[in-house]
Amino acid sequence: MTVEVNPEAIAPSSSAAQDRQAYLAHLLVQRPSMNGLDEVRDRALSIAQERGLPSHRDEDWRFTDLSALYQTSFTAPTSTALALQDIDAFILAEAPVRLVFVNGFFAPDLSATDNLPAGLSVSTLADVGNLVELGQQPGMTEVFTALNTASFADVALLRIAKNQVIEAPIHLLFLTTGDTPIITSPRGLVVAEANSAATLIEEYVAVKADSYFTNAVTEVCLGQNAQLHHHRIQREAKTAFHIGKTAVSQDRDSRYALTSLSLGGQMSRHNPMVVPTAGQTDTTLNGLTLAVDKQVADTHSDLSFTGPHCTAQQLHKCIVDDRARAVFNGKIFVPKLAQQTNASQLSRNLLLSTKARVDTKPQLEIIADDVKCAHGATVSQLDDEEVFYLQSRGLDHNSACDLLVEGFASEIIDQLPIAEQRQTLLNAVLSQIR
Amino acid sequence: MIIENSDVILSVRNLTADVDETPILKGLNLEIKAGEIHAIMGPNGSGKSTFSKVLAGHPAYTVTGGEVIYKGQNLLELEPEERSRSGVFLAFQYPLEIPGVSNLDFLRVSYNSKRQHEGLEELDAFDFDDLVRERLDVVKMDPAFLDRSVNEGFSGGEKKRNEILQMALLEPTLAILDETDSGLDIDALKIVANGVNQLAEPDNATLMITHYQRLLDYIVPDFVHVMAEGKILTTGGKELAQELEAKGYDWVKAEDAAEVAV
Repeated sequence: MTVEVNPEAIAPSSSAAQDRQAYLAHLLVQRPSMNGLDEVRDRALSIAQERGLPSHRDEDWRFTDLSALYQTSFTAPTSTALALQDIDAFILAEAPVRLVFVNGFFAPDLSATDNLPAGLSVSTLADVGNLVELGQQPGMTEVFTALNTASFADVALLRIAKNQVIEAPIHLLFLTTGDTPIITSPRGLVVAEANSAATLIEEYVAVKADSYFTNAVTEVCLGQNAQLHHHRIQREAKTAFHIGKTAVSQDRDSRYALTSLSLGGQMSRHNPMVVPTAGQTDTTLNGLTLAVDKQVADTHSDLSFTGPHCTAQQLHKCIVDDRARAVFNGKIFVPKLAQQTNASQLSRNLLLSTKARVDTKPQLEIIADDVKCAHGATVSQLDDEEVFYLQSRGLDHNSACDLLVEGFASEIIDQLPIAEQRQTLLNAVLSQIR
Repeated sequence: MIIENSDVILSVRNLTADVDETPILKGLNLEIKAGEIHAIMGPNGSGKSTFSKVLAGHPAYTVTGGEVIYKGQNLLELEPEERSRSGVFLAFQYPLEIPGVSNLDFLRVSYNSKRQHEGLEELDAFDFDDLVRERLDVVKMDPAFLDRSVNEGFSGGEKKRNEILQMALLEPTLAILDETDSGLDIDALKIVANGVNQLAEPDNATLMITHYQRLLDYIVPDFVHVMAEGKILTTGGKELAQELEAKGYDWVKAEDAAEVAV
């Protein structure tokens, strides 16, 4: 398969735009070769080229500077063999089904797919050949998403059959390894058929890697009355770049709950995009962002209703220390059709240093006239009175501050299904702010 | 109870303190011995709560003069947590809510910080659970409160009971109750007072700060001090509280003024 990467596809209007066009061409050259899905990949390639890479002049990227990314050259990902002991720290005993991808390539030796519970099928491109559901979710024409579609090396496919309830969490582990800076394009697709229920832990980690670029996309398709508890944990290397899309469609009566943790990466961005395609759905979007040192961590969520009687609740929390910066933009669209919507959004932010910064923006667009929509945002520092209260009970100053941050973070972390992992992540948060 | 020749627990001499460079305490003297229950009464703005916070080491208050000796050591040199670990306990007028931190975890961390200070082994979750359940009885508290976030969504009475539960666990040498009775209905007041009475022993002492005489019907003090303008104006027995209730604070102020005039 050969597709010409043409940097002249759109006449650039300025030298900066030319540079971005050239950079996109550079990224597209790093696409691993693969068999199958040519049409999907070629179409995505054209979309990416048409769209072009954003700059801070684009409203959606106003607060997040991509110039450090644009100045870094990446090479194509290669399939790298790791031993099971290399990933020991990430294995969750309570999630017996595990799909592991190394640099975007499926790693069967690291995965655990024997003894699948009834109703769950897991597969990769090699098993299925063509995937009709791929690329059907909302937001596929956004440039980084199109870049992923044009570039992925494999796809993790999870299918939960009609009426089946999968009790144990399913673990999807995307890890990056290697000394050379690579661009990887992890791709997931979850299809939950009508009346099914499952819990997914989707995790991004690094094993002996520093500078790399993860451009991830996971699509979720929920059938009627289906339920998915989706836990997305981004703990890339501190020097990495991470841009991720979670694209979800919800059919009538379905329930989707996302817990998203963003801890790693020098620059990270997560775009959860949820479209209930019918009425009576329930959506929960919760997130915790930790940004320290000079990290920039951005979350842009987008929830667009299309039918009546839907409920949604969103709580996004940021802990920002040192000179780091967090961004939250929460868009909720309630069109005329979406009467009787009941939605709430809260953005809570804890700044631990005077140089830390958060930009938070609720963006509610409400056309329907019979709805309940609430939103709020708070930005605060640790409360001196609370610290004193804990000190007066025998905790030293640092322990008191830790406990308060722990309380702030726990509200989100406690939603993760596995106690051992909750503790690991809480420790990871606390170790960063000390 | 007043015990002959018992140890001095707290000795405050000529204490002065500022908040935001405004003098609040203006030469306060007080001595508390083991076994005693003291009450400080006074009108709003007399400096009662400031005094309690200075004793606990609140950073917003600056001591500008005088001394506070607690069990033979200079209390003012100690960090708030060191004061707590060495047995000074302040029950807050407005206990703070700590969202996301379970009451049980908070109590255990607090209890173990004192154990560690005393060179004792920390209690593990199981042993502590047994201990805390036993102490719940002191304030008739529902065990369900242990699993909730510290004080979050607690009623006023529940917060004050939670303070006394902490006191029951920490077993302080000097317990300072800052308006613990404020805002309590009579049933909650009885429970809180009963808890405090159960914890009073010959080797510890209690200092109550209150605006109302009502509390002193349930926790009977050995000494009542009347405070105004940042110092103690007069000291008496429990009957002084009743006199104050009948005549109001202006009576003490007038008497004080008369004394000065003589």
